[in-house]
Amino acid sequence: MQAPAPMDPAITPANQQARLEQIINDLLAEAKRCGASAAEAVASASTGLEVGVRLGEVETVEHTRDNGLGISVYFGQCKGSASTSDLSPEAIRDTVRQACSIASHTQPDRCAGLAPAELMAGELPDLDLNHPWPIGVADAIQLAIACEDAARATDPRIVNSEGASISTHAGLKVYGNSHGFVGGYPSTRHGLSVAVIGKAGDQMQRDYWYSSARAAADLESPEAVGRRAAERTVARLGARRIGTRRAPVLFQAELAAGLLRHLTSAIHGASLYRKTSFLLDRLDTAIFPGFVRIHEEPHRRRGLASAPFDADGVATRAKDLVTGGVLASYLLDHYSACRLGLQTTGNAGGARNVSVAMGEHDRAGMLRLLGTGLYVTELMGQGVNATTGDYSRGAAGFWVEDGVPRFPVEEITIAGNLKDMYLGLLAIGNDCDFPGSTTTGSWLIDNMTIAGE
Amino acid sequence: MTDPLDLARDSILAPAALADSDLDRLLGALHSPAIDAADIYFQSSRLQSWVLEDGIIRDGNFNIERGAGLRAISGEKTGFAYSDELQLPALEQAARAARAIASGGQAGQVRIGSQPLRQRLYTPQDPIASLDDAAKIALLQQVDAEARRCDPRVTQVVASLVAAHDSMLVIADDGRMSADVRPLVRLSVSVVVEQDGRREQAHSGGGARLDLNYFTEQERALGYAREAVRQALVNLEAGPAPAGTMTVVLGPGWPGVLLHEAVGHGLEGDFNRKGSSAFAGRMGERVAAPGVTVVDDGTLPGRRGSLNVDDEGTPTSNTTLIEDGILIGYMQDRLNARLMGVPLTGNGRRESYAHLPMPRMTNTYMLAGDQDPAEIIASVKRGLYAVNFGGGQVDITSGKFTFSASEAYLIEDGRIGRPVKGATLIGNGPDVLTRVSMIGNDLRLDEGVGTCGKEGQSVPVGVGQPTLKIDALTVGGTA
Repeated sequence: MQAPAPMDPAITPANQQARLEQIINDLLAEAKRCGASAAEAVASASTGLEVGVRLGEVETVEHTRDNGLGISVYFGQCKGSASTSDLSPEAIRDTVRQACSIASHTQPDRCAGLAPAELMAGELPDLDLNHPWPIGVADAIQLAIACEDAARATDPRIVNSEGASISTHAGLKVYGNSHGFVGGYPSTRHGLSVAVIGKAGDQMQRDYWYSSARAAADLESPEAVGRRAAERTVARLGARRIGTRRAPVLFQAELAAGLLRHLTSAIHGASLYRKTSFLLDRLDTAIFPGFVRIHEEPHRRRGLASAPFDADGVATRAKDLVTGGVLASYLLDHYSACRLGLQTTGNAGGARNVSVAMGEHDRAGMLRLLGTGLYVTELMGQGVNATTGDYSRGAAGFWVEDGVPRFPVEEITIAGNLKDMYLGLLAIGNDCDFPGSTTTGSWLIDNMTIAGE
Repeated sequence: MTDPLDLARDSILAPAALADSDLDRLLGALHSPAIDAADIYFQSSRLQSWVLEDGIIRDGNFNIERGAGLRAISGEKTGFAYSDELQLPALEQAARAARAIASGGQAGQVRIGSQPLRQRLYTPQDPIASLDDAAKIALLQQVDAEARRCDPRVTQVVASLVAAHDSMLVIADDGRMSADVRPLVRLSVSVVVEQDGRREQAHSGGGARLDLNYFTEQERALGYAREAVRQALVNLEAGPAPAGTMTVVLGPGWPGVLLHEAVGHGLEGDFNRKGSSAFAGRMGERVAAPGVTVVDDGTLPGRRGSLNVDDEGTPTSNTTLIEDGILIGYMQDRLNARLMGVPLTGNGRRESYAHLPMPRMTNTYMLAGDQDPAEIIASVKRGLYAVNFGGGQVDITSGKFTFSASEAYLIEDGRIGRPVKGATLIGNGPDVLTRVSMIGNDLRLDEGVGTCGKEGQSVPVGVGQPTLKIDALTVGGTA
């Protein structure tokens, strides 16, 4: 099977970056011609390949090629925005005109505008984010089949598959504004994933595993990903319900990362000035027990969420979000900072590479600490009220007695309030074993309500 | 000019100077004897949005997308490539990449022919131009003023107005060309209320495949503002929700998200062809109580989930999924219908030209029964009455699904009692509808705000149902 390589060799990262920088400069010049007092723009281009296989046969081969540009113009304190996937000169002019037309109808907002010029990122650090993977379609199919084969060979109860996939994407993003700041950098992202179905009696269960990295060499092996998916699937077979009760709950590490995302969303500026955060006015107060430290590291080399500057062009910087259990920093962009009477923290676009200081216990140690309670390995549904912190979600996992998982459980819910759950955090494991930008071990939380039979 | 095919040709093909002979050539480049099916999907869409916050129109956005997706299918294999440049060389490169899925064979020959639309469920006019910009802004300001007028405890109002105009033109491997021009409008309101240091938030809104005047008619927009405030004030009084398995009465309309999650996804053709759905192989079996009939209907005029033709050019239809409790139908796209040897149902949908089509729902709802809703409530000794929901989720393999209530009340001795906080409800799709013991005579469709996600693709959908009594469902409260 023959197909073009994902990256067109005629387009080198260097001339591609020069092309996008030229587009940004054209956009900004056009905005000025339209009478805008300030403007900012972002342009991106990426190419990729995604192959999917199922039951040993190729199922899909997708060649992706995405362009995008967006501009915001300011006429004094009035803002207008426009975006398009078309990078032609006519589209650029049209897009700027649309943004200016929008701005003629929006109303003055004292906080509208660019972040201060002195906060713009200077020399950009090399974060080692660009590792193109020149894999062809045939090789990608072989890797995906190896991954699925490993999953299917792990256990005879694996009877079906939703397939395995390999993806590789290479992209370039350039941001610029009328302060004269223009910055851009290339980055890559590759992935490998598989989902299989197990059967025991009448019961079918499905689970998956994946690996994701900036460099192909950092991906887990297809065999390891396949085995893990199969092990997770068969462990669920025989799941049953349990009765309604209160009990301590151990959140598997990848689910603890979800509890962290509720935190970063609650301390984000937009949630704070809109008063839709359960952590309003909690800066410098204890929101966790004293042993908890949460750190953000936007310059982590090869980090999946790393970036040298934020969506305002402001230099990103490492900081503690929680120190000794106390909320140490909000996550602010220029606009929300202005609304709150504070300074931007370089977090336009969100938190980047959040990690929790890990404790001393491995998985077995955490299960022993749990003693008798619920070990949650899957959460379902929305069920999180960002304004109040009320938390109620579908769950599956294992019922644990005396530190030993006894049987899988499903079709239950767990409920509490995030404020109480954070303060009721008993221990954090050192069992971080999932890919992604967030790093944490499992979390043991006391006294949650489990609803079941 | 109101024929969608003429409009789509004019807005997509003409600016790119693509003549029918170019399309012949492209389709020829995509097709070969080793290819079972192929199509080219052209799309051009424009979207305008406005956001009001703290009483001022703070930002607006205008988005323009244009591109084409080219697909070639051989057996169960699909090759796909897309381009946001509509020039012939870029499209030919995409055609070659997609066709590489099947090796061998010579380029085929086809002639382009058009297929007129069989149904007109909405007008093709651009909804962005249906109100001038000043009037759109005035509308959002009226919404803000109305919410604040309703109650002094309202401390924050965020309102947004979105109008989209989406043109698609799809050419199948036999040269058959179909097109659709789809308007979509939406207005959303979110309010925060505060009392004695307690804050609650609530949302409301609506939408349709109509123009923006829909929101000014019958004071609809102001109605959304009042509804958001009403829900937020109810939540200010809400106590802990109960925990455990109990009788649940679901209100009419949007609570139909139950059907979307519990049975809808499980009845999509791809999951059943692959045997990964808990409903696979259960055709003809009882999956719901007698009296339960569930349909997926893409043919309702003006509804958010409706389409004249699906994204493969198949006219949408009203497909009965469950009839009087018996499973009788799945939802199909071309690929899965062909592989399963069953008729098309017009459910082949895609988020955009940059995504592959797959079987998706349109408007999924349960037909009305004959019970008075008041009698349904009166029949419950102790239970939960849930009338508004956030979203839901389903594991189609185990059948477990959740949906999260955002407005609910206790039922005590046949009466609606105190409001309780939002809670997630969890159940098992293949048997939850067998526990339906009463069906109301008050079928209602939702207000037009639903978006369904599947494999990373979002499409607008609708849901609906009458008041329903479910004898046992697990409620995830704390009390």
